[in-house]
Amino acid sequence: MTHFANYLTTYLTTEIILYTGAIGLLVIGLLGLLVLKNIFRLLLSLVIFESGANLFLVLSGFRANGIAPILTSTQENMSQLVMNDPVPQALVLTAIVIGVGIQALALSLIIKIYQRYRTLDMNEIHRKLEQDIAGISQSTPLASQEQPLYLYQKNSLVQNNEGEK
Amino acid sequence: MSKFSTLIFISGLSFLLIVITAQLPIAHPPMLIGQYIIDHAVQDTGVTNIVTSVVLAYRGLDTLGELAILFTAASGVGLLLSNKLNTKLQPSTKTVRLSNSNFIIEHALNLLFPLLLVVGFYVIFHGHLTPGGGFQGGVIIASAFFLNILAKPYKSSDSEIESTHNNLTIIESLSGVTFIAIGLYALISGHDFLEPFLSHGQLGSLWSAGTLPFLYIAVGLKVGAELSSLLITLYDIDSEELTD
Repeated sequence: MTHFANYLTTYLTTEIILYTGAIGLLVIGLLGLLVLKNIFRLLLSLVIFESGANLFLVLSGFRANGIAPILTSTQENMSQLVMNDPVPQALVLTAIVIGVGIQALALSLIIKIYQRYRTLDMNEIHRKLEQDIAGISQSTPLASQEQPLYLYQKNSLVQNNEGEK
Repeated sequence: MSKFSTLIFISGLSFLLIVITAQLPIAHPPMLIGQYIIDHAVQDTGVTNIVTSVVLAYRGLDTLGELAILFTAASGVGLLLSNKLNTKLQPSTKTVRLSNSNFIIEHALNLLFPLLLVVGFYVIFHGHLTPGGGFQGGVIIASAFFLNILAKPYKSSDSEIESTHNNLTIIESLSGVTFIAIGLYALISGHDFLEPFLSHGQLGSLWSAGTLPFLYIAVGLKVGAELSSLLITLYDIDSEELTD
């Protein structure tokens, strides 16, 4: 047991825990992007993904016993101070604002999609979109990527027969 | 089945990332540029907030590009959600009535609104001295206007919204032009583009750091106006179109 505690204190430092948090946010966001079907939830997953990336970037400039890169009147001897890297902080500052703009743009696209198709389900939107494209171009809708080809051909045969009758 | 394989992929990816970061020089980054900036920023630009010197002096062009991205996003939202075309084609007959908010909320708004504006402008003006700056202060100012919309959900008249929009567009364009004009003036007077050029003044006082406070004021006004106009556009969506 003491061996395990020693192992923890040597390898599980604060920085490792912070990094694991950033990686956790990244992974949760990516999992949401891959698994979820509701496009609004996809946007929220993207936000989580982005905050994980930002946290990771800020942490890359972190130094042991570092302080924020801001001078105050109480610090007189500058050479003895350890300051964190200001460059990743400035990068993340701009990245957050760009992220807000992108989220607003994506949200307005989602609103437009909902106004047109009355649903937020990705598969449903995909199906209706293909129908719309086929209606405009006057061709049969293409097979969905998620539907096996033989099933699609069977369905289209049935539809054609019904149309002939 | 696809969800199961996704889970396997994600767990493998997280294991890989953790193993890679465990090899990184955590808490002892090899910061070559960062150490140079920390050593020279105060002599170069006269700021006490070194992040500000990175954002506006060392990477000023990057900030200009970032403002361009924000402007593109805001105009994209305006293009997608503007319902001027729809209303011209078919004027809506129904009117949506949202109830007024109650006494407490309205008075809390009247208390908080000037406070938020003051805090926002304080953060902008002291961007070169204390934590904060144009981006943060701009977002605080935008949140003041957002609070206004949340507390008074009833629709104001179309002409009122349009005049607000026009004012915001004027503020936004003027601040963008100011940012570029300061950069161009530095270019004309023999410096590099966007290089800070006025005298540094006394370290730590409000009027110091040359042109950097003016650049940050322009950035703050631009971000505040842009985010406010984004929120007003999102608020202005015809709520009939979203309900069946």
